[in-house]
Amino acid sequence: MRAGFILSEVWSGLRKNVSMVLSVVLVTFVSLLFVGAAILLQMQVGQMKDYWYDRVQVSVFLCPPDSEATNCVEGEATDTQKKNIEDQLNSSELAPYVDEVYFEDKGEAFEHFQDQFKGTSLEGTVPEDEMNESFRVKLQDAEKYDIIKESFSSTQGVEEVVDQNQLLDRLFSVLNIATVVAVAIAGIMLLCAMLLIATTIRLSAFSRRRETGIMRLVGASNTFIQLPFLLEGVIASAIGATLSAGALGLLVHFGVSGWLEGQATGFSLISGVNVLIVAPILIAIGVIMAGASSLITLNKYTKV
Amino acid sequence: MKTLLIKFDSVSKSYDTRSRRALDDISFEAERGEFVFLVGASGSGKSTVIRLILREEVPSAGRIHIAGKSVVKMPSWKVPYLRRGIGTVFQDFRLLPNKTVFANVAFALQVIGKSRASMSTLVPDVLETVGLAGKEKRYPSELSGGEQQRVAIARAVVNKPGILLADEPTGNLDPTTSADIMSVLEKINRNGTTVLMATHDGEIVNRMRKRVIELSEGTIVRDVEEGTYGVAS
Repeated sequence: MRAGFILSEVWSGLRKNVSMVLSVVLVTFVSLLFVGAAILLQMQVGQMKDYWYDRVQVSVFLCPPDSEATNCVEGEATDTQKKNIEDQLNSSELAPYVDEVYFEDKGEAFEHFQDQFKGTSLEGTVPEDEMNESFRVKLQDAEKYDIIKESFSSTQGVEEVVDQNQLLDRLFSVLNIATVVAVAIAGIMLLCAMLLIATTIRLSAFSRRRETGIMRLVGASNTFIQLPFLLEGVIASAIGATLSAGALGLLVHFGVSGWLEGQATGFSLISGVNVLIVAPILIAIGVIMAGASSLITLNKYTKV
Repeated sequence: MKTLLIKFDSVSKSYDTRSRRALDDISFEAERGEFVFLVGASGSGKSTVIRLILREEVPSAGRIHIAGKSVVKMPSWKVPYLRRGIGTVFQDFRLLPNKTVFANVAFALQVIGKSRASMSTLVPDVLETVGLAGKEKRYPSELSGGEQQRVAIARAVVNKPGILLADEPTGNLDPTTSADIMSVLEKINRNGTTVLMATHDGEIVNRMRKRVIELSEGTIVRDVEEGTYGVAS
């Protein structure tokens, strides 16, 4: 009985205030879209980090046959040089920083190259013979890359030391800036949403002051009087949150999975699963935000 | 045994510090089943008394007990339960225009969580008491002023409160209709409900010969059994 009554009150409230409710839905939708985008961006960053940090961090590329690098004047790296480099990596000086060392020969390098550029114009452009052999080093601490780089700066047979993380860091910083921007916009929009919900509730409470006046008079509890208004705000904002989750789903499905996947190979990209994780977060934020701003407003305007 | 339902003990109320007190050190009691007229000019403090009983206001000083409970110390979450024991009727009826007579009365039960079953017995009963049987499906706009006030009374007493407060219930009604309303209130009073009625209507007070408390500028100037509206009349 009580639930039925409250729901019918909510429904009549939503209907009476269509334009306000609609604006709450839209503002929550936009603000949570930015919140969701920020979370997804961070998920992408995290996922890439996991992916790369799990793999190679520093590659010590050995001289190929015709390299012009200063350490490669003797031509292709010899077995003695390789042994020398490996010993150095395992030396007591570097060993504390090194987690794992793995030697990649030309065959594997070629395989990885083909894999990475599969379906692009680069596929098959470099013969197996011209591939770099390399030591793939996994560090204990990814930040300590400089130590490895300096150790091999003048070692014969080393063409180049490349820190994969550094390439990624540039990408990460772009993604992080994007996150900050998204969070800032989301914050402003969320504030708008809260103010709008407060106004909507006020309007709704005002238009039903006759009912609430009688309710108070005959001894309806505060909860009973306030719940319909509270639910009104919460429902509107939950609809907005659901829409934003849906929009993010479409964005990831068509934008990331559909388009970006074909453009950026070799990356692990977020997918619909991530959106499924984000969706309840967005709905929770929407509900909590609407609930909080409704409660504050209600305590001000529908006092006992 | 007599039961005190309303007890004011040296109650003062001022709305702000500059203006004079709306109520100044008033004390009175009302027992179960009493009928009390509260008379006095506009601004004498009648409405303040009613608002204090309903705990819409708290007194600036003094103690108020309703059915043995102090309303001053009462936490606000308990106030709704206090109000369930008090019915209230106003000059302006305060009905919901988009609800039928039945729905208006049932609303009072609905919002305190009563079951549909209890509504279907209580509402027709109370409509019978106020003389509105057969008009359940009408809307307030289809009723006369007197009938609308009966609906308001029905709504006020449907939950069988111990106290019925009536703030100028006949203020908008002609003398004949007012007399009808008074007989409804008397009937409710005979069933054991304490009625406290604030009024300007001297004729009614004089005819009913009930207890009269007269307020003037916030103080009780007269409290007599079987009293009249004015000392002179």
